[in-house]
Amino acid sequence: MSVLETHPEDHEHVHHDESWLRKYVFSQDHKVIGIQYGFTALCFLLFGFLLMLMMRWQLAYPGQPIPIVGGILGADNAPGGIMLPEFYNQLGAMHGTIMVFLAIVPLAVGAFGNYVVPLQIGAPDMAFPKLNMMSYWVYATGGVVMFASFFVPGGAANSGWTSYPPLSVTATAGQSWWLLGMVLLITSSLLGSVNFIVTIFQLRVEGLTWMRLPFFVWAQLVTAFLLLLAFPPLEAAGFFQLMDRVLDTSFFMPSGLVVSGEVVRGAGGGSPLLWQHLFWFLAHPEVYVLILPAMGIVAEVIANNTRKPLWGYKSMVYASIFLGFMSFIVWAHHMFLTGMGTTISTFFQTTTMIISIPSVIILSALLLSLWGGSIRFNTPMLFALAFLPMFGIGGLTGLPLGFSATDIHLHDTYYVIGHFHYVVAPGTIFAMFAGVYYWFPKVTGRRMSDFLGKLHFWPSFVLMNCIFMPMFIQGLAGVSRRLYDGGMQYAHAQPVLHWNQFMSIAAFCLFFAQIPFVVNLFLSIKRGKECGDNPWQATTLEWAAAPSPPVAHGNFPQTPVVHRGPYEYSPPEHPKGFMPQHATVPASEEG
Amino acid sequence: MVEIPYNVEARPDTGLYNAKLGIWLFLASEVMLFGALFSSYVLLRTGDPNFMTIPHEIAEHLGGHGESHVWSDQLNVPLAFLNTLVLIFSSVTMVMSWVSLKLEDFGKYKLWMGLTCLCALGFMVIKAIEYNAKFSHDLFPSSGNFLAIYFTMTGLHALHVIGGLIVNGYLWGPGAKMWKTEPERFTNRIEVAGLYWHFVDLVWIFLFPSLYLL
Repeated sequence: MSVLETHPEDHEHVHHDESWLRKYVFSQDHKVIGIQYGFTALCFLLFGFLLMLMMRWQLAYPGQPIPIVGGILGADNAPGGIMLPEFYNQLGAMHGTIMVFLAIVPLAVGAFGNYVVPLQIGAPDMAFPKLNMMSYWVYATGGVVMFASFFVPGGAANSGWTSYPPLSVTATAGQSWWLLGMVLLITSSLLGSVNFIVTIFQLRVEGLTWMRLPFFVWAQLVTAFLLLLAFPPLEAAGFFQLMDRVLDTSFFMPSGLVVSGEVVRGAGGGSPLLWQHLFWFLAHPEVYVLILPAMGIVAEVIANNTRKPLWGYKSMVYASIFLGFMSFIVWAHHMFLTGMGTTISTFFQTTTMIISIPSVIILSALLLSLWGGSIRFNTPMLFALAFLPMFGIGGLTGLPLGFSATDIHLHDTYYVIGHFHYVVAPGTIFAMFAGVYYWFPKVTGRRMSDFLGKLHFWPSFVLMNCIFMPMFIQGLAGVSRRLYDGGMQYAHAQPVLHWNQFMSIAAFCLFFAQIPFVVNLFLSIKRGKECGDNPWQATTLEWAAAPSPPVAHGNFPQTPVVHRGPYEYSPPEHPKGFMPQHATVPASEEG
Repeated sequence: MVEIPYNVEARPDTGLYNAKLGIWLFLASEVMLFGALFSSYVLLRTGDPNFMTIPHEIAEHLGGHGESHVWSDQLNVPLAFLNTLVLIFSSVTMVMSWVSLKLEDFGKYKLWMGLTCLCALGFMVIKAIEYNAKFSHDLFPSSGNFLAIYFTMTGLHALHVIGGLIVNGYLWGPGAKMWKTEPERFTNRIEVAGLYWHFVDLVWIFLFPSLYLL
């Protein structure tokens, strides 16, 4: 404290000098930017969820007017409230795009990474505060562009979130907006990832060596490298596709392509597969961008609530680094059926099997960490615990997709949808919820209600499984993922069609199950129980060395010095049962 | 504002100040961007047997220029070679501007940095002449995939040159005030801008042979 007390007027000065705009809108404080990211991303999460609810209505009750929102969708999308196939395609493309690029990544990296990483490494802020601010505003602009694309003639992008050409090149104007939005989002993530890596390399406090970093920081570091190196090829691909659409080039347009009985203009000679390679070169590492921060959050919550060190911390760290490397050479397992050749398929099938090893290491380590702990079943812990089996199901159902032979049957069916939603929805999103409940007291100094938290958790947990488990059944029966009527026209889909209503009703109920969360989030800001600086009795710096909420600029009243690893829970010599990373003990006890 | 550690001085265990690590990471991402562009060029060129061939109707239209039926013969090698020299020279002047600051000779800095900016301008002028020659012969990105790749890659490179020109122009003009208040930080900025500038130069060194000569 002594540093602050000698210059109290300096600190006051900072507070009073800042205009409202600088403090809350164009702030350069990583904590404010983290909250901005979090709020925006949660809004997009809800928006993406609403798009999905409309799709689920259409799948369960094709041809019937959509209740409540049906009237406001406009005659171009849903005349008389009945959804047109073109609009269904828009919803599909935009649900994917929004959930991945505007909701989950910004929440996992922009919000949690921004808020927590500098605090966990003892830094006063991110290395480049101005870039951090820019990164948020470029992201927000990208979000506005994506959202606005619903209102251009022909509506939003409708060629799937993967935007495969030639379909996407000949699609309506919304596709160009999609590409523009993506370029903005890529720029934002580039600024962010440089910032994260520099911050973690340069701003760790004294004593915080690599193997003393909380696992969450490691997860963010690997994630940042993935974003930094995997996104640029998609940017290149985005430029190519934009050129194809706007300047009539033929990067992705083969010669003599016939659409609706007419030969498509342009010189031809391009390669549609080229787009797929460039797209998946990003989009596969992107899967690990979605999952690694989630694993990081779960690791923090589990260590804290089992009151013991993580089992196999070092293996987890090495596994996540290996995962990062491998994620760059598995992308073409999304392309087994494109005709790229069996030799290439074999290579990518092999790397795909190899990459499952580090994921299994991390998951097993988290599971084994529970062994022998005296577990506290609070809300964040419930979500973190649910993550383990849910991600497990998501991961294991991926194996049949990773084998090029079994993928012939399963590709492009609801099985795929079930698989990756298990990874991302009850997997990553549950981890995000765990993070919100866990770090909310850090941001506000107040706890969220545990009762409302459990009211949020249990229905969500059950309903998520009700939505996604039947997708495996439908997918194994061969139902394609892209049918706007849920497969009514197909004989082979008939025996499993009745699941559509079940899944959709579960999805609508899931919407209501989120109400306790929204209520809890907003009520607790002012009315939550005050909880002191370290309500979870955590060892990591963000809890132990900084007040809740942390000092407005600079985070720590006094720069901490780290003496030990991140999860020193229940060391026998300590009466309190936990040893903060920066705490000093008498030399006689330290041995 | 908060004092961010290692903004100016290097962190002992990494040996870098923040911005220098930042620019190297940024350049790594740029390598991936141009890497994807070059790979796409290779894939398109090897994937289409007619990639380099000028179609008949365009070749006739080109008149006197249409002796050869290979796209790359339409590019102006002497001008591009001149541009290569201009960029290499500008990389040298960029280093000299940084060295001048290290020797605390601000006047020399202004001279060398000014020359760097002039070279960037010169590069853009020559590039514009080249582009204009193509347009005046009705050669556009849509004419064929070789030209599409040519315009996309040189165009993105030109955007990078313009970006560098803006940064260097700022550091030569209004940004140079920092020399009086924080000379060390200012010198670092020149070093960081220089690393970027050399990268832009390097991209051209790859672009020139692979588009014009091969």
